[in-house]
Amino acid sequence: MPHGVIEQIPRFLTWYNAAFLLRAASFTLALSAVGSVVGILAGGAIAVLRRTRGWALAPLRGLGTLYVELFRRIPFLVTLLLVFYATQLGGYDMPLFAIGAIAVSLISTAYLAEIVRAGLASVHPNQWHSAAVANFSFMQTLRLVVIPQAWSVVLPPAFGFFIMFLKDTALASQVGVVELTYAGKTLNNRGFAPVLTFGAVLLLYFAMSYPLTLLGRRLEVLVARPRHR
Amino acid sequence: MTYTLQFGQVTRYLPFLAEGGLISLALAFLAFAGGMVLGLLGAMGRTFGPRAVQRGVQAYVVFFTNTPQLVQIYFLFFVLPEAGILLSPFQAVLLGMTLNAGAYLTEIQRAGFATVPRGELDAAETLGMSLTQSVRLVILPHVVKTLYAPLSNQYIIMVLGTSMAAVFGVEELTGRAFSVNAETFRSVEVFSIVGAMYIVLTLIATLALSVVGRLMFRVRMPTL
Amino acid sequence: MPDLAIADLHAAYAGRTVLGGVSLNVASGDVVGMIGPSGSGKSTLLRVLVGLLPPVSGLVTLDGATVDYRRKADVRALRDRLAIVFQQYNLFQNMTALENVMVAPVRIRGRPRTEVRAEAIDLLSRVGLSERMNAYPDQLSGGQQQRVAIARALALKPEILLLDEVTSALDPELVGDVLDVIRGLAAAGMTMLIVSHEMSFIRDVASRVVMMADGSIVEEGRPAEFFREPQTERARAFVGRIRWHRD
Ligand SMILES: Nc1ncnc2c1ncn2[C@@H]1O[C@H](COP(=O)(O)OP(=O)(O)O)[C@@H](O)[C@H]1O
Ligand SMILES: [Mg+2]
Repeated sequence: MPHGVIEQIPRFLTWYNAAFLLRAASFTLALSAVGSVVGILAGGAIAVLRRTRGWALAPLRGLGTLYVELFRRIPFLVTLLLVFYATQLGGYDMPLFAIGAIAVSLISTAYLAEIVRAGLASVHPNQWHSAAVANFSFMQTLRLVVIPQAWSVVLPPAFGFFIMFLKDTALASQVGVVELTYAGKTLNNRGFAPVLTFGAVLLLYFAMSYPLTLLGRRLEVLVARPRHR
Repeated sequence: MTYTLQFGQVTRYLPFLAEGGLISLALAFLAFAGGMVLGLLGAMGRTFGPRAVQRGVQAYVVFFTNTPQLVQIYFLFFVLPEAGILLSPFQAVLLGMTLNAGAYLTEIQRAGFATVPRGELDAAETLGMSLTQSVRLVILPHVVKTLYAPLSNQYIIMVLGTSMAAVFGVEELTGRAFSVNAETFRSVEVFSIVGAMYIVLTLIATLALSVVGRLMFRVRMPTL
Repeated sequence: MPDLAIADLHAAYAGRTVLGGVSLNVASGDVVGMIGPSGSGKSTLLRVLVGLLPPVSGLVTLDGATVDYRRKADVRALRDRLAIVFQQYNLFQNMTALENVMVAPVRIRGRPRTEVRAEAIDLLSRVGLSERMNAYPDQLSGGQQQRVAIARALALKPEILLLDEVTSALDPELVGDVLDVIRGLAAAGMTMLIVSHEMSFIRDVASRVVMMADGSIVEEGRPAEFFREPQTERARAFVGRIRWHRD
């Protein structure tokens, strides 16, 4: 252990620093929460769109598929920078958090569209047929039959995705979003030992991610009961 | 003020960027290879090792999969020099990515071990196979078959993950994009081209992996 | 009065012809028994009739009015009058037996819930399931699920009921209960097109038997005569084989 670290500890463990880190951690949480909520809504819409039939919606279906396939192949950092620079073209100042949230949402929409697609596909086609012959519309079939059966398949991976994004949003620090990693860098720049700053940041990520992982596992067991529950 | 996209200024950097793409693939490959070794050791330790080893592996996996790779690399990048270990940015990133991959690959390979069907092992024993024979003829083919798709998937994830090496000044694809951006100030053009290059890069990797899987291991994977 | 006429119907899966010109009339009160080797196109015919598979060509008329399967309105109107029961029951897995029976009348047709509920309870008792109305499909045996499926179809008050091998997926000891329900419907004058491998059952309840082979109808007749002396070679072979197989 390098010199001075032990002596630094009292100076590092202040209410001020703790509050600074915790506030940043809440932004990390908020960023992934926004991404997951937008992702499940927009991604869900794309997944549903891809289930439609008929040529009228064919171009939109194609766009949806393209979006999902392409955005899952671009690194988050690149999407982030693209959003960062693209929003600056408009000439007005967008809050950094909003830039982070847009980038997270763009990516999460693609991933969650895929998760919802798999969930919809897990519902047997005969359920659609049964509904069709009783004159259910597309939307009625989704609402009354398919979604009630698919949500328990969607929930565990979607939750896992939320936890994954908790960590991936660390990259938002690169465009200046004051989330947890950025806060760690800031403290590092203020002269605290990196063992302390990044160590604390790692521990805080762990403190968010690990309990949620355990919760996710409980959730999985809970919803893995028969289809109808 | 209106901004017109001008890709022309960026196109002459395409070869430079493409070379960066190869560095990304190589970085991902090195980290993946190292991670596979770590993962194999981890999976074996976790499955067959004594209690203490199992605990140790579990702690490693839990810690590395529940913290961001970026911060793990930050930690190595800034802390190792203080302990007198001097690594180049490339080495630090490679080390971080390898340790991170090792944790995920431990989990994947452990799951693969767990799916070897008991019945096949029993059959191998009745046929009078030795342990090494049944490992070579029964366990490995089975493990390769079940693990090929998740491992390929992990490699693609890692190719995307290499972009964070740019943060530490490594001149892979994103790192070179930073350089081109600094020279041309055509940020949107640069990063959309680079985004497209990652798409092409991962598509090529997916395609290659699926061909190799089909020819060498008789594994069928969806090509996209 | 329902009068279903099918003329020269062709259908295909991905370009492969599966129905090659089927013609058949189902008049009001008819109970048509359809037999034939597996893969001969019986299910496909029913799927086309209820609009799950658009026909390649041919004419389907209901009471003399042509059904244009490309028009949504036509298909909707048709499905208001025709109901189908599938071989695999296909009950909605997220609903209880009672909800399965009630959902379409209430949510799709907008009928009053209390009225439908009384009818549904009555239907479920008639198929012998008054005890299990609040069970989910995965808590019911195959035979029970199939009887719920029949009740669900009947709740739509169809003029014609199509039944596709409704006992084929059932354990032998469960077949009887389901056949009894259908016998009851026949006795009550329900117009039905029944695809089945239960020869003795077809002989008892059907007013007419048709045999499909390779995507078309190869023989048609009254049950007693058809089973005593089939006219075509294929029917003879099929009936002979089945009979020895069953008894
Ligand atoms: N969904 C499908 N896609 C492609 N071919 C099918 C499909 N369903 C049935 N077929 C084919 O159509 C033919 C008729 O099948 P089917 O109508 O189910 O026969 P049956 O009900 O008389 O046993 C068979 O050759 C079968 O393989
Ligand atoms: Mg059939």
